[in-house]
Amino acid sequence: MRISAPYDLKNQTPRPRSVQKMWRRDALRRAAPLLTLLLVLAVWQLVTLLQIYPALIIPAPLTVLEKFIEVVSDGRLWPHLQATLVAVLAALAFGSFAGLVLGYLIAKSPLLENLLSPLIIAFQATPIVAYAPLLVIWFGSGPESKIVTATLIVFFPMLMNTIVGIRSVPPGLRDVMRALRASRWQMFAKLEVPAAMPLLIGGLKMSATLAVIGAVVGEFIAARAGLGYLINAARTAFDTPLVIVAVLTLTALALTLYSLVGLLARYALAWQRRAQRGQ
Amino acid sequence: MRLALRNLSVVYPAPAGASFPPLPALGPLSFGLAAGAFVCVVGPSGCGKSTLVRVLGGLQTPTQGQALLDGQVISAPSRRIGLMFQDTNLMPWRTVLDNVALPLELAGISRDERYKTVHAVLPGLGLADFALAYPGELSGGMAQRAALGRVLVQKPAVLLLDEPFGALDAMTREQVSLDLLRVWAQAGQTVLMVTHSIPEAVLLADRILVLSRRPGKLAADIRVPLPRPRTLEDMYNEVFNACARAVRAAIEGA
Ligand SMILES: Nc1ncnc2c1ncn2[C@@H]1O[C@H](COP(=O)(O)OP(=O)(O)OP(=O)(O)O)[C@@H](O)[C@H]1O
Ligand SMILES: [Mg+2]
Repeated sequence: MRISAPYDLKNQTPRPRSVQKMWRRDALRRAAPLLTLLLVLAVWQLVTLLQIYPALIIPAPLTVLEKFIEVVSDGRLWPHLQATLVAVLAALAFGSFAGLVLGYLIAKSPLLENLLSPLIIAFQATPIVAYAPLLVIWFGSGPESKIVTATLIVFFPMLMNTIVGIRSVPPGLRDVMRALRASRWQMFAKLEVPAAMPLLIGGLKMSATLAVIGAVVGEFIAARAGLGYLINAARTAFDTPLVIVAVLTLTALALTLYSLVGLLARYALAWQRRAQRGQ
Repeated sequence: MRLALRNLSVVYPAPAGASFPPLPALGPLSFGLAAGAFVCVVGPSGCGKSTLVRVLGGLQTPTQGQALLDGQVISAPSRRIGLMFQDTNLMPWRTVLDNVALPLELAGISRDERYKTVHAVLPGLGLADFALAYPGELSGGMAQRAALGRVLVQKPAVLLLDEPFGALDAMTREQVSLDLLRVWAQAGQTVLMVTHSIPEAVLLADRILVLSRRPGKLAADIRVPLPRPRTLEDMYNEVFNACARAVRAAIEGA
């Protein structure tokens, strides 16, 4: 997986000189993450072997693996994973939809922007953790409160990227559409959406990771299920291996989501990759 | 269709709070073009040529006066008017095929039919092999030819071309110019074309309008008495040279 900033609209992969070099570089690039992972595992194993810290604080990798197999086979992990997953997906759906709609309206209406921008800036400047307890008071400790928390955290990047995306539609292309008497709908579907797509996808990438953070924050504060809840419960029970299992499951969840959005980007922005191929 | 300007002028207002005054960009300007005329507009950079094209295309309302299409005031864009901008303004996410097909797509023509139309015009533009390329994969000249294709498939009665061949090399430029003449001879559109090239203006036009420095006024209205159809050979005869000289003198005196 490549690390890319959400605004990295150009993938600046250098162009390889020869096929053989390309192959070697490709193999290395593919193997590199695996090597890093192995290195981390090795250091981890070494630390536990040397007993620098007691096993209660840093359990051995194998202990964690055993714990993982245990909670998978006795079905303890699944309900928590499911609870978090549902919250994350719901938040992604609600938050990005709301961000898209409101972002579009704000981009189109300076009045609306003037009305809403103080609220938006204030909301966005406040750390999510700060208002999460309030949301728990309002929405209870069921799934609703964490869905609302995660929705809010997803909403803002989507909103901002939509505003910037719609405003960045080249005026020359607008003129082309106007000269051809494009309808409002055609303007939207055939110009604004595709022109803003790189920024919309960028927003979605951010939202995908933020949704997981939002859900876990909600679960930390009050919940009856979920991986965040599991982490808290395991910690209170001094079950460090279980804490690590839950954390790694979250990592896997976040990476999967991020990759899915990446796939969507590959499909939706194929033209961008093509056009940059020869540069 | 006939085009006419009646005492038209455009002043760009100063932005709110700006320290500079409003900018008179064009006019006052009056002229009339007969239906089916091929007219070139030349003039110094910044004299309002693109502004004129935008007003005629209905994209911009003049500050004073009117632009008329067959006697009707132009107050909004019309599908009868085809506009080619100074920038190619191709959509980077669309292939050449889909860019050229855009006017047909917006007019609700079925995909099969519009692809058939476009595939018929691409060879003439030298773009047959690039139907599925994206604008980012084209050279500047190819992109301009695609933009020309986009305005031609629209089959407008009036063609407004704003420096359509600026990015073409001299030879391709002559080639595409003659192709344009052929299209025009068949379809008989009224053409108003902005250009920086005096020979090109003389080779193509019935009439050359020379605009003065900003705000552009009519500095000269020069008729080109060369017979049609025109060929590159015309560029070497006396009438051609006399016209070119007259245009140059008008620009320098403007
Ligand atoms: N949208 C605008 N707002 C303010 N001023 C403008 C705008 N468009 C053009 N102008 C000004 O109007 C004048 C004429 O511009 P225009 O683009 O019509 O010139 P032009 O004759 O096409 O020049 P060129 O040959 O360089 O393309 C210029 O001085 C320009 O700065
Ligand atoms: Mg211009």
